[in-house]
Amino acid sequence: MVGEFRMPSLGADMERGTLVEWLVTPGDHVRRGDVMATVDTEKTVMDVESFEDGVIAELLAAPGETLTVGTPMARITPTPASVMAPPATAPVSTPVPEAEVEPEQTTPSPGARVPSATPPVRRLARGLGLDLTRITGTGKAGHVTRADVERAAAEQRTDAGAVRSVRVSPRARRLAGELGVDEANVAGTGPHGAVTGGDILRAAKGNEPTGAEGRPGAQNGPGPTPGPADPGQRATGLRRRIGTLMSRSKKTIPHYYLGTTIDLQAALTWMHAVNAQRPVSTRLVPAALLLKASALAARQVPELNGFYTEARFRPSPVVHLGVAVALREGGLVAPAIHAADTLTVDQMMERLRDVVTRARTGHLRRAEIADPTLTVTALGELGVDTVYGVIYPPQVALVGFGRVRERPWAQDGMLTVHQAVNATLSADHRVSDGLRGGRFLDLINDVLQRPEEL
Amino acid sequence: METTYREAMRTAIREALLQDDRVFLMGEDVGAYGGCFAVSLGLFEEFGPERIRDTPLSESAFVGAGIGAALNGMRPIVEIMTVNFSLLALDQIVNNAATLLHMSGGQFNVPLVIRTTTGAGRQLGAQHSHSLEGWFAHVPGLRILTPATVEDARGMLWTALEDPDPVLIFEHGSLYNLSSELAEDAGPVDIHAAAVRREGGDVSLITYGGTLPLTLEAADRLAAEGIEAEVLDLRTLRPLDDAAILATVVKTHRAVVVDEGWRSGSLSAEISARITESAFYELDAPVGRVCSAEVPIPYARDLELAALPSAERVVAAARQAVGGGG
Repeated sequence: MVGEFRMPSLGADMERGTLVEWLVTPGDHVRRGDVMATVDTEKTVMDVESFEDGVIAELLAAPGETLTVGTPMARITPTPASVMAPPATAPVSTPVPEAEVEPEQTTPSPGARVPSATPPVRRLARGLGLDLTRITGTGKAGHVTRADVERAAAEQRTDAGAVRSVRVSPRARRLAGELGVDEANVAGTGPHGAVTGGDILRAAKGNEPTGAEGRPGAQNGPGPTPGPADPGQRATGLRRRIGTLMSRSKKTIPHYYLGTTIDLQAALTWMHAVNAQRPVSTRLVPAALLLKASALAARQVPELNGFYTEARFRPSPVVHLGVAVALREGGLVAPAIHAADTLTVDQMMERLRDVVTRARTGHLRRAEIADPTLTVTALGELGVDTVYGVIYPPQVALVGFGRVRERPWAQDGMLTVHQAVNATLSADHRVSDGLRGGRFLDLINDVLQRPEEL
Repeated sequence: METTYREAMRTAIREALLQDDRVFLMGEDVGAYGGCFAVSLGLFEEFGPERIRDTPLSESAFVGAGIGAALNGMRPIVEIMTVNFSLLALDQIVNNAATLLHMSGGQFNVPLVIRTTTGAGRQLGAQHSHSLEGWFAHVPGLRILTPATVEDARGMLWTALEDPDPVLIFEHGSLYNLSSELAEDAGPVDIHAAAVRREGGDVSLITYGGTLPLTLEAADRLAAEGIEAEVLDLRTLRPLDDAAILATVVKTHRAVVVDEGWRSGSLSAEISARITESAFYELDAPVGRVCSAEVPIPYARDLELAALPSAERVVAAARQAVGGGG
C-alpha cells in the first residue's frame, strides 16, 4: 500500500516538468497539502504539494530531471497510525507524533515471519504504527511482549527525532538573524549535524544575492536539464530568502508609517536645466535627487540610520544608503551606496547607475549587500503613487518614493500643475516615533525645494 | 634550571620562612619525616621545630590552631596531608576560617594558608583519592588555588600568604614529579587570573590542576587531526576568572570542561552554567564535560584509569564539540 507522488499537471498544456528541488527527504512525514518539491514548468517555477498523508519512502527523481506529467517522482508510505491509533492504547504520556513514524516500520516486510504476540500487544503495535516482524521479542521463544513494543516505540521516537529536527547552535541562530540567512537552508557541520555560526557565515558569504541570482545573461546553454545555476532555481532561492527576511521584519519590527506629498517642481526644473547642458550619459534622473535628499535628512535624524541588533539600536555615523533594485526574473536586492551623505549629486548619479547595472548583471560586492544603514525604494516614473515599505532587518527604516508625476497643486490660493511625489517612511517604533519620522520627511522636502544646494 | 613541582613548592615555603618571621609550617609529619610527599624535606633541619611543627593526627585541632595563630598575627602555612583528611577539619575551615571576617563585622581577617594534596590516579583506594577542591570552591570567604605548573607551584604560595584572608592551595598528587624549566629569578605570581596554556581557535578546553597535563596532551593529539584547541588553566577556582572563560568561548564558540571531580554538582557544572549564562549566543555546540565516573574511585589500576579523565576522553569530547564525529 504505497502511494506515489507524480509529476503533476500544472496547466492544461503542460506535458512535462523539470524537478528543480526536493523540499523533503526520505523519512519526512508529509500531510496532504505540504509542499514537496519545486517544479519548473517552462513557464514558471511552482511549488507542488502532496496529495496524501504519509512518510516519504523514496525519492525517484533527481533535481534537474525532466519528467512527463504522471511520472512517479517519489513513493509515500501511508501512516497507519494516523488512521488507526486508538488514543487509549498509547502507553506513554507523550503520544507518538505521527510525524515521527518511520516508513519501514509501518508495513510488514513481505514474507517475514510473524512473531507470536498476544492480541492486546498486537493491537498496541498496530496503534503505534509498528511492524511486529521488526520487533525483537524477548519473551519465551521470541514472543513479543508489551515491553518490547514500548521499547521499539521509544527507539523509533529517538531515531526519527534525530532525523527530523534541524539543530542550530545558539550562535548560529543569532548570526542567522543578524545576517538574514535562513538557517533551515544551511547544511550543518557541527555536532549531530547542527548548523554552526561558521556555517551561517559561509552561507551569508556565498549568498552574494545578486552575484548568484541576478544574472539573466548567464543561463546555461539550451537543453532539458538545468544545472544547479538554473535561474529559476536561483529566483526560488531568492524569493525564499526575501520571504524569510520580510517575515522576520514583520514579526519583530513594530513598523509605523508616515507619508507626505513633496513638490518636485523646483527640483525637476533645476534638474532639466542641468541636463539640457549635458550629454545623455551624464544626465541626472529624479531618483538621484531623492536619494541625495534622503541621505542628507538621515544624517540629521540618526534614529533612522543604523542597525538594531542584540536588543539595542546602534546608530551609524555614516549613511550607507541601500537602493532597492528590482531584478528582471523577480525579487529585488538593495545594495549600498556608501557614504551617500557625502556625495555630490553627480557622484550619486554615477554610483546609482553603477550599482543598478551591477545588481542586474550580478556583480555586486559583499559589502554592498551587508552595509546599508537605511534603504530607499524609488519607483521613478513607473508604478504606483505610494509605496509602503517593509524594513530590511537589522535596519530601522525604509523610505519610499512613489511615481513622480504631475498633479494639481494648490498654492497661494491658486491651482496649478506641479510635478510631485508621495514620500513615505516605514520606521521602527522601538527606535523612533512619529515626531522624528515626520521631521525626516520634512527635511527631505526642505532639501528638495533648494535643489541648487544639493 | 630544571625543577620539579615538589622542589618548587619547597623553595616557595623556604623563601616564605626566610622572608617573614610570622610564617611557620605545621602539619602531620611535615617535620622530622620531611612531609608525606617530601615537600618539606630538609626544612625541619634548617628552621627547627618552632617553625616546622609536627602535629598530632587531629586535623580539626591543628587547623583550628592555625586559625588562632593567624588571628593573632602569625602567617601559618597549615599542611593537611591530603584533601581526604580535610573533611575532619571542615568545621574549622567552613565555619571559622571562612566566616570570621564576616561575623566580626570586618574586624578579624584570617590570613591562613592551607596546603593539601588532592586527586586520584595513584592506586590509593576510594577514601584516599578524592578531588574535593570543587566543594571548597563553593564556600564564600575562601580563595581556592590549584597550581598546575612548576611556575605556579613556585609562585602562588607567597601571594597567598600576602592575602589577608584564608587561601587553600590544592596540589594534585600526580604533579609533584612534574619537571620543567624554571627561571632562576622565578618568584611570586598572581592568584586571580586564569592562564591560556595553549592558543587555539577551534575549541576551548577548560581545566585546572591535575588534569592540565592530560588536557595539553589531548590538545596535541587534536592538533594532529587539524583541530586547534585552546587550553585554559583556571589556576584559581574561587573566585573564578569569568572574563578569561568568556574570552576563550567567544573566541572558539565551543567548550569542554575537564575536571577530575565527579560531574554532579561539580565545578565543571558551575563553569558550564556560567558559559551558558554569559556566552549562550556565542555557542556552536553544547558545553562538553569530561569528569570522573560517578563511583568511589576504584583501587584496581585499570578500573581507576577507566574512572578518571583521560586524554582520549578529552579528544573525543572535543571532536564531538566541533562536529567531527566521536
